[in-house]
Amino acid sequence: MSSSVIRRWHLPRLELPSWPWRFTWLYLGLVLFLPLGGLLLRAAGVGPARFWELATTPEALATYQVSFGLALVAASLNGVFGLLIAWALVRSRFPGQRLLDALIDLPFALPTAVAGLSLSAVYSTNGWIGAPLYAWFGLKVAFNWPGVLVAMVFISLPFVVRTVEPVLRALEAEQEEAAWCLGARAGQTFFKVVLPQLMPAILAGVAQGYSRAVGEYGSVVMISSNVPFRDLIAPTLIIQKLEEYDIEAATVIGTVMLLFSLMSLLVINLLQVWGLRYAEDVPRV
Amino acid sequence: MTTISPPRTELSDPIAPPGKPARRSLASRLLPALVPLVACLYVGVVIFLPALNVVLQAFAKGLAPFLENLQNEELRSAIRLTLLITLIAVPANAVFGLAAATAIARHQFRGKALLLSVIDLPFSISPVVVGLMLVLLFSPSHGLLEGLVNSTGWKILFSWPSMVLATIIVSMPFMAREVIPLLEEEGWEQEEAAKTLGATDWQIFWKVTLPTVRWAALYGLILTTARALGEFGAVAVVSGNIAGETQTLPLFVEDAYKQYHTELAYGAALILGAVAILSLLLKLTLERLLERDRSQR
Repeated sequence: MSSSVIRRWHLPRLELPSWPWRFTWLYLGLVLFLPLGGLLLRAAGVGPARFWELATTPEALATYQVSFGLALVAASLNGVFGLLIAWALVRSRFPGQRLLDALIDLPFALPTAVAGLSLSAVYSTNGWIGAPLYAWFGLKVAFNWPGVLVAMVFISLPFVVRTVEPVLRALEAEQEEAAWCLGARAGQTFFKVVLPQLMPAILAGVAQGYSRAVGEYGSVVMISSNVPFRDLIAPTLIIQKLEEYDIEAATVIGTVMLLFSLMSLLVINLLQVWGLRYAEDVPRV
Repeated sequence: MTTISPPRTELSDPIAPPGKPARRSLASRLLPALVPLVACLYVGVVIFLPALNVVLQAFAKGLAPFLENLQNEELRSAIRLTLLITLIAVPANAVFGLAAATAIARHQFRGKALLLSVIDLPFSISPVVVGLMLVLLFSPSHGLLEGLVNSTGWKILFSWPSMVLATIIVSMPFMAREVIPLLEEEGWEQEEAAKTLGATDWQIFWKVTLPTVRWAALYGLILTTARALGEFGAVAVVSGNIAGETQTLPLFVEDAYKQYHTELAYGAALILGAVAILSLLLKLTLERLLERDRSQR
């Protein structure tokens, strides 16, 4: 694809200089496609049988379980609580609301190493939250798999809130009023009128958060004990393999993660398309 | 509004619908208070307490030890390297974002959605995989470009060039993502007018396009900078993590923490945290400006 595509399709309107196009593609090529191609080329060089063998070693499978499994739990938790937080931000008035609103974005802004440091301090067995959890329930959070879960929850918290909030704000009061007039209870109105309209946004947020949590490294590596078969995540395994000069294994596990990212990007896009279509289909009163 | 205004599903005040006896269940009376309470508790436990903890720990022994920690030579070198990387990566991505936006936003072409997804790709790839990709390219012993690396003698891996590249990749989408939707919304009448009046492309860009997108571009710039300053995973893989040489501030935080230099770790973390909070404040201000711009149109 190049400037010729543009010219054919749209250019009677405004002749833009073609150098932004060339620069965009050159930049994408050097910064994105070259490294991506390098990884895929190396992965192709491994051969299918060997690839499968390395991708499914017990060690690798255990890390997938931790990464993909715990990230799913974290993203789902944030699906529920993200909706609740968005609801509190849009439909309630309470003191401290602006602070809450600002805090939601902190996981986006805070470097992950700082997040890892602070989470592992607060959730360690002598931390503010970790100590009571340990004393009352014997639950060791930091340097154990629940710590990994906490880090993943932290890192994926903003997504659902920020995707649901605008949709919730734009919901038309008429529909809920109609439901009320027809005798629906609050619960019925919520589950049958409001929730279906929010669903595409919730799922898109969950998918984005999931994809982020699966790939997260900085905060998780600091709160995890990084013990294989217990709380070792796939990105950390890639780094360990690199440190052992086992380039082949690192390439294979990295490719598995890359393929997952591409798939989740596709799902997120489809969900967004679904959300748009849904918005158009709903007749506006 | 009509005479009766039924409540939105605030779960707050379910006036009984017509024909039903007025009845307020316990749940519907508690929910309106409960929703914000649970929201605050959740955010408090996951975000607020950890953030507060860093600040308190950094100043645990007062201001003097904190300032003393700032004299640490390795910390200073980490700050310098982080600034260097940011100063290269952010302008590069800013130029890319603006170029991509002017090239993409105002045209419909086959594969546009795909191209936008491709630009978003660094958001969904794990930073560690980004680092791995660079290792596979530039490693002098087994990289795809080892010929180039060895014949020129450039030290790319385990040195600042690969760290810059890693930072560029992970922070690439922010600028483009902020500017493209705004330009799409805006239409191109103004550019056309400028063109008719004989302006050159360069003049159009500086005098029409850039002023139009200024707040969005600044917003994108802040997000890019925040990410570039804080990047950990991708940089960790390619840096080699040598204290005083190839250690950025986030890497320093982790290293100091692992070496039980807890105060030093908290001091460095506080610097990064302060920058993060500053970027959040700037973001909020810009959101207000963007909103104002939009309502004036």
